[in-house]
Amino acid sequence: MTSGEIKEVVLDILEGIAPDEDLSGIVDDVPLREQLELDSMDFLDIVMELRKRYRVQIPEDDYVELATMQSTVDYLAPLMKDLQKV
Amino acid sequence: MIAGADQRERIVITGIGLTAPNGNDLPTYRESLLEGRSGVTPYEIRYVGKTVAGVCKFDELRYQKRKDVRRGTRAGSVGIYCANEAIADSGLDWPNVDRASVGVFVGVTEHGNVETENEIHELKGFDYDTKFWSHHHNPRTVANNPAGEISLNLGITGPHYTIGAACAAGNAGIIQGTQLLRLGECDVALAGGVSESIHTFGIFASFKSQGALASHEDPTRASRPFDAQRNGIVVAEGGCIYVLERYDDARRRGARIYGEIAGYAMNSDASDFVLPNPERQAECMALALRRAGMNSDDVDIVSTHATGTASGDVQECQAVRRVFGASPRIRVNNAKSFIGHSMGAAGALELAGNLPAFYDGACHATINVDELDPECELAGLVINQPHESSQVDVILNNSFGMLGINSVVIVKRV
Repeated sequence: MTSGEIKEVVLDILEGIAPDEDLSGIVDDVPLREQLELDSMDFLDIVMELRKRYRVQIPEDDYVELATMQSTVDYLAPLMKDLQKV
Repeated sequence: MIAGADQRERIVITGIGLTAPNGNDLPTYRESLLEGRSGVTPYEIRYVGKTVAGVCKFDELRYQKRKDVRRGTRAGSVGIYCANEAIADSGLDWPNVDRASVGVFVGVTEHGNVETENEIHELKGFDYDTKFWSHHHNPRTVANNPAGEISLNLGITGPHYTIGAACAAGNAGIIQGTQLLRLGECDVALAGGVSESIHTFGIFASFKSQGALASHEDPTRASRPFDAQRNGIVVAEGGCIYVLERYDDARRRGARIYGEIAGYAMNSDASDFVLPNPERQAECMALALRRAGMNSDDVDIVSTHATGTASGDVQECQAVRRVFGASPRIRVNNAKSFIGHSMGAAGALELAGNLPAFYDGACHATINVDELDPECELAGLVINQPHESSQVDVILNNSFGMLGINSVVIVKRV
């Protein structure tokens, strides 16, 4: 999966988690929490969806990597590079 | 009112919010009951397959964001809809109500089955590896969830909890609200009951295994208490939340008063897991009457609990005969024949369907009685067509549940 495809996956997950929000204007290097109404349970949803869809395991210590779209994609890129987008 | 109690003890109903399979507000629901409109439809649920149920069609997004609906439970959404509707109906100046003075008391038959079943179903796809078990499971399944979701939605910081009382829970919620107002624990009580039970296959399967799940080629005819051909319970979802206040507070603000909680009682059969006990039911009704300072002749309408099971209906009729046998003016009806058994909501919803009788004088019927079971013959049973009275002053509402829990609420015209 390319970085662009990983971003699409994260956006798709966010659409489910934050169905009332407009995701079209998300700025990649600004914390997601500053742009969307997200709390800790929502971030756990992101982690769980990645686990369910791609069996990607994110250790708790690494949750901070999900702060921005850019940091999320950068963190996931090596973990998901050999996976096919579903 | 308990005899001799001061004005502070007088508790009145000033708002009603509800969703029933045949109406999402009191006027529509009442109209359905008077016009014989059922809310029971074909229904399908995993593992059990095709059956029938009472399904509610209220707009969840009227008071919740999509995200809140996704995160919460169906019981929470039912409660939030009903609570918001009740507050709007009450005319309370809600933005200026001290939220710490509001309590939320919601009766439930069960809670957590729906969410647990859904998670296990999902987990099956992951070979039961609990790494895939949702972090939402606990907040969705804690027993206070439906009441807690109401408090979160409305910013209520007074006490909130559910009252687990099987199918007596709707009345139990009203009773709890009444008691907490009398204790001074709150100034406004949001009290009643909710049910999301049609979303758990377990309740259908268990009734089926018990030989107590209704079936009929015409779903609207499946729920038929007192009929000789009745064959069980139609499971329904629904909710009904009342705004309860002290009489003085309600009068001071010029609120419309639907009625006063004149008396109530709860007791236990202590005799069987599932079989009702007419002696204890009769004692419960008699205790409520005594506390109301009334006798059986004072009651105009008895709203029965009867669910359409072979033995339960007969036993309630025995209890009603024991208490009201000689009463000439009593009328007896049943709302489950229209909407099915809405479990934790049943007591509250069935009372609500009768309260407009204080204004319109009508007693809605029990429908689907083609051939009255001789053992269910009751003086004053209103069959298939509503009964027009000159005046209705007192309604007695029965609600009973498994493990032998009985509840009775008496409401009188103010």
